[in-house]
Amino acid sequence: MPSLGADMEAGTLVEWLKHPGDALKRGDIIAVVDTQKGAIEIEVFEDGMLDEIVVKPGEKVPVGATLARIRGSKVEPPAAAPPREVPEAAHRIRISPLARKLAEEKGVDLSRVTGTGGNGAITREDVERAAGARAPSAPPPTVAPADRAAAMRAAIAAAMARSKREIPHYYLSTTIDMSAALTWLRAENEKRSVTERLLPAALLIKAVALALRDVPELNGYWRDGAFRPGAGIHIGCAISLRGGGLVAPALHDADRLDLTTLMHQLQDVAARARAGSLRSSELADSTITVTNLGEQGIESTFGIIYPPQVALVGFGRITERPWVVAGKVEARPLVTVTLSGDHRATDGHRGGLFLSALERLLNAPEKL
Amino acid sequence: MTPAEIRSVVIDALTKIAPEIDPTSIAPGASFRDQLDLDSMDFLRFVLALHDRLGVEIPERDYPRLSTLDGAVAYLASRAGGPR
Repeated sequence: MPSLGADMEAGTLVEWLKHPGDALKRGDIIAVVDTQKGAIEIEVFEDGMLDEIVVKPGEKVPVGATLARIRGSKVEPPAAAPPREVPEAAHRIRISPLARKLAEEKGVDLSRVTGTGGNGAITREDVERAAGARAPSAPPPTVAPADRAAAMRAAIAAAMARSKREIPHYYLSTTIDMSAALTWLRAENEKRSVTERLLPAALLIKAVALALRDVPELNGYWRDGAFRPGAGIHIGCAISLRGGGLVAPALHDADRLDLTTLMHQLQDVAARARAGSLRSSELADSTITVTNLGEQGIESTFGIIYPPQVALVGFGRITERPWVVAGKVEARPLVTVTLSGDHRATDGHRGGLFLSALERLLNAPEKL
Repeated sequence: MTPAEIRSVVIDALTKIAPEIDPTSIAPGASFRDQLDLDSMDFLRFVLALHDRLGVEIPERDYPRLSTLDGAVAYLASRAGGPR
């Protein structure tokens, strides 16, 4: 059972999507587990073959427990392996983990459900409709939404309490003139179709990712009494969920994504975060978190670091305020950017260099 | 497409983004952002859904005209050529 964050202690295996004897490629979705953060798709991280399933659907196990055994990449599946008895259709059903979990809870046979989502995917509504058609025999759901919300609240509470208990935070803030970035963005979006348009958030996240190249001590984890740099720059984007709670899925290698790709990935993880269908790597890999409360009209946000990360960047609202330019006061779109840093890993001086780099990058948006 | 049909498309797009919305509770003249707690990502998804369903290219400078139910229906009716 992988740890999908400092706040996770256990998970319940919902479903296996692969079977013993199946060949696995790095990145394949192998199972779905239920956590406080919703139904999460578990990926494999190496090529190989699924040898043995250890944990059965419905079982709750702690983080670190063995879910299955995979034979390494050098091992070929036995040539004489008998064909599996699982019908092909069972593997080809397009359905979100949330809908799949709901179907299991309600005992709905997916092979009898017609999907109305994109590419014929079965949606939660399709499952509910199918369940409603034979409601009298449907078993009650095992996890009520209120329980889910309470579990997520408890998980956030545990992680944030640990952070405040263990991490000596320091806080820095600066104000950045967004004129150049927004002028560039407006002109760029004029040229783009609606499907390719960028939000300011994409520029902010890319700028954070590039600034971390200058100050890598902010990108990684504090473990076993020392800073451990991240393997890449994986930006956790705090996304509030409708109905309460939040998750911060990672945009992997954000410093290497062009803005269009970054925007598409951001839209994708935001939609899946709210639909409850994130992947394990997206929850486990973030090397820093970015939060943006500007949409709620917040001027500045001094966030709490998500352990074991060592920094969090907060953006407030981009709003016109007086700004002195060449000795004259002008109305400029400004944003207050804050850095919460772990003083065990860095000092304010390094944090200041990061914010300076961020300002420089946002003043040259065409280079992002 | 009639204004009533466009209204239905708009409401359908909103309820896909925010499933908890009761369509009958949407105040036609009030801002979506204020009454439905939509952020810029939600709003972009809303515009994308309208683009997909109606085939209308909506420039960014026109986004403010989509901020209420009545405004969105009027704008989309004018862009789609009105009732056919």
